Amino acid sequence: MRYLRAEKDPDSIPERPLFGDETRFAAGRIAVFQYVIVAVFIYLLLGYWDLQVLNQEFYSEKAEQNQIKSLPILAPRGKILDRDGRVIVDNHESYRLILSRDSLRPAHLRPIALGLNMEPAELEAKVRRYQNQPTWFAIPLKEELSPDELAFVEAFRGQNGFPELELIRSQYRVYPKGGLAAHLLGYVGEISDAELNSPEWAHHNPGDLIGKAGVERYYNDLLSGVDGQRQVRVDNRMNTREVLGVKDAIPGRNLRLTIDLDLQVVAELAMEGKRGAVVALDPRTGEVLALVSRPAFDPNRFASRISAREFNELIQDPYRPLFNRALQAQLAPGSTFKPILALAALESGAIDDSFTVHCTGGATWYGRYFKCHRRGGHGTVNLKTAIAQSCDVFFYAVGNRVGIDTIAEYAEMVGLGARTGIDLPGEKEGVVPSSKWKIRTQREKWYAGETISVAIGQGALTVTPIQLAYAIGGIANGGVFMRPHLVRQEKTEPPARIAGFRPENVRKVVDGMCAVVNGWGTAAASRIPDIEMCGKTGTAQLASNDLLRLKNHEDWHDNAWFVGFAPGTNPEIVVAVLWENGAHGDMAAPIARDVIKAYFDKKARMKKLAQPPASLASAWLVPPALDREKR
Amino acid sequence: MAVYRSVRNLDWALILVAVALAGLGILQIYSATIDTAWRGAWWKQGVYLCAGFFLMWLMTRIDYHTLLGQVPALYMISLGLLVLTPLVGGYVWGSKRWIPLGFGFKFQPSEFVKLVIVLLVARYVSELRSDRLDVRDLVKLGLLVGIPGGLVAAQPDLGTSLTYLPVLLAGLFFGGMRWQHAALILVAGALLMPVGWFMLKDYQKARLETFLDPMKDPMGKGYQVIQSKIAVGAGGIWGRGVTRGSQTQLRFLPVAHTDFLISAFAEEHGFVGILVVFGLYFLLLMQIVQNAQAAPDRAGMLICMGICSLLLFHLLVNAGMAAGRMPVTGIPLPLMSYGGSSMLSVFMMLGLVNNVRLRRFAA
Repeated sequence: MRYLRAEKDPDSIPERPLFGDETRFAAGRIAVFQYVIVAVFIYLLLGYWDLQVLNQEFYSEKAEQNQIKSLPILAPRGKILDRDGRVIVDNHESYRLILSRDSLRPAHLRPIALGLNMEPAELEAKVRRYQNQPTWFAIPLKEELSPDELAFVEAFRGQNGFPELELIRSQYRVYPKGGLAAHLLGYVGEISDAELNSPEWAHHNPGDLIGKAGVERYYNDLLSGVDGQRQVRVDNRMNTREVLGVKDAIPGRNLRLTIDLDLQVVAELAMEGKRGAVVALDPRTGEVLALVSRPAFDPNRFASRISAREFNELIQDPYRPLFNRALQAQLAPGSTFKPILALAALESGAIDDSFTVHCTGGATWYGRYFKCHRRGGHGTVNLKTAIAQSCDVFFYAVGNRVGIDTIAEYAEMVGLGARTGIDLPGEKEGVVPSSKWKIRTQREKWYAGETISVAIGQGALTVTPIQLAYAIGGIANGGVFMRPHLVRQEKTEPPARIAGFRPENVRKVVDGMCAVVNGWGTAAASRIPDIEMCGKTGTAQLASNDLLRLKNHEDWHDNAWFVGFAPGTNPEIVVAVLWENGAHGDMAAPIARDVIKAYFDKKARMKKLAQPPASLASAWLVPPALDREKR
Repeated sequence: MAVYRSVRNLDWALILVAVALAGLGILQIYSATIDTAWRGAWWKQGVYLCAGFFLMWLMTRIDYHTLLGQVPALYMISLGLLVLTPLVGGYVWGSKRWIPLGFGFKFQPSEFVKLVIVLLVARYVSELRSDRLDVRDLVKLGLLVGIPGGLVAAQPDLGTSLTYLPVLLAGLFFGGMRWQHAALILVAGALLMPVGWFMLKDYQKARLETFLDPMKDPMGKGYQVIQSKIAVGAGGIWGRGVTRGSQTQLRFLPVAHTDFLISAFAEEHGFVGILVVFGLYFLLLMQIVQNAQAAPDRAGMLICMGICSLLLFHLLVNAGMAAGRMPVTGIPLPLMSYGGSSMLSVFMMLGLVNNVRLRRFAA
């Protein structure tokens, strides 16, 4: 009843009797409830026992993985220098944005892509590509952030923003402006999926920048160095709390090329606005002094992850700017082949000094009339005049005497029809036709009439500019062929091949080539006073003259060739020039002349100066980019 | 009579255990927040403890029969506050649960409604004066608890509204619910489950899905559970030491001073620490049960058992969630988790238990 007594207002409580207000009836149920309590505690303890006692190691490891991150330290790529030590390809420092995958939230991808001026779909595809990599492996998002992108990253990085965003210092390639030496240098780019799966790049990781072409590719392992790592303890916002260990990056090695920037610039200038290639070699060593291919591209566009659209533009350009004509253009050499045929004729004994031909402007061979390029004819010509005047009728006769298989034998002896072995990727072989070659490739017999075409460097015969420079340089060097190379060797390279030509035969061919420039030859206009430049013009037909008259299009004009060297004895430089659709070989000769003149001018200057002069090329070299504001 | 209501007659074992748990809680709050914006939370929790102590003493002063007599008024006030909360409260983490009081203090009515629910159930069941509950009483009591429960669930705070359920169930169980009815309710509940699924909000569905498979979205919804399990597991048998748990200190563990405090504790004190804490909770609950057994009347017994089942539910859901054995809900660990409203309401419940104890020889 004290229940009621406690109440001030009796109306608010029920007026029922206190029957049954004792707790004994529930004692059983309370006992049951105690078992429930015990069951709950057992359930909970089993849970903690499972995690803490049975699986402690598993979860401890997880906790370690949570807090310990490896961040890459990018190795700076080696610089590329010219033969005088002038910097051609430099690095500049910038920031690289990476996406940390263990803190990645899919919902963040879209805003991140928009903030970085990327396509959300592109970013999602990128993230998918990394699915099979371990999660501590970060995704490189963007290089060389623009100021507004940098501001976006700074504003949203870490706390309450996108903790997956991370900035790393890195270095970028700076190439010369205007595509100077673009094909020779190549460019770097992010490793592609296909490359990742190939054994050549097996030691690389997704996102690595690798050399994609030229020297950058051929000497990639030397230039790239080895990335380092920084192990840090981080919190859930990816803020570094403690640095646990640092493995320094091994910087890439600087690469000194044999290229002479001065000559390279002269050659580039001479080729400005043209299509073609220039290759300058030192025939004594095989060192490449200049290597130009035009049209060129700007490798700087590749330096910071070129967009697919830009890349497609380059690929689809009908003049193929990515194509390295110096190594890859396989074209008929035209009359530049004549000195090689002349040497083959002398060496094989097919002709001797007394051999002459009377040129009336054409001759009939095997039922077909072959014209000489001079309509009126050259009259009676000997070997020297025939080379100097590039008499076609003379070489028809010589070719016919030598025969296709001997021509092929000597052409291969001077290095045609095979790669020269230059230290650049993608070199082509060209074609040296022979009767065996024809049966092998076309299952057809060789017709003697075809030999007549090959004799003047037409027909199936094709060469690359570097092959031509290598071949003529080797002949001028007395039959000692040095493998062309771009990287200076510690010790002199053994010659690729010693052909063992008789010196007097070589002399006769060289004399003919000297007459081309210094006598009344086809390139007399390119004579350099005081320098004995020798050479040979070539005009290779692409279409018949009849067709040209009918439908004159610039792209069908003859290819102009010139291959020249100087001086006549013990030559120091050999230059091959290809000017596509340049119409005539004497148009290509001045380009070679400029390069050769620049070589000897510089040599003369160097005698006076102890120091190498400031490079002409300085106008092409980009000034070191302003360091971005330090964070 | 006065002799039995002296301070000496309070359940000191119960109080000591509660203070020990609150002390461990404060220690863990200190360790988990040492490096965060919540740095000062541990002494605030100390203040709440003292305030709770005072309220507990206050709750022993008023005869629980008086409180039972005021249940209709208390119930109406509760409903009023719960209706008021969404009108004046601001959103915190997506729901409106608090009424601002000024000076940076805020008041969570749903916590105090727990006490009212305990009293309501005790009074309703004890007034039946019968060993059997019939279906009409079941429905009536269900509705009386369901209305404030629904209001809390609408805040939305499903977790807290679910804590009213064990009080109701305890009332029905100890009031003499028939086994057949219990079975019927279970079957009905099972049948209604698909319907309930559609009534859940998306985040609640996600939490249940996450409970069933946390690896489905490890960086998103599953993050809390995964990180909590890592923290617990990494603690091992002996723990990593106070302020040494990397999951807690590097903040991989979310809300380590409130909902996931037990994970932080497990990481830093290990299985041994967990045994101590669970031992203390076990003593606490058994002490309450003992007081229920000694209660002078049914109302007192029902109050004690209501409180006991409520605390048991809290412990099960919170500690189970930390070990990945319960879905994630924002239910605090009584006495240990940081939070004033929870601390005060738990101590007021302990006051009620003592209230019953002091009057055990009265009948």
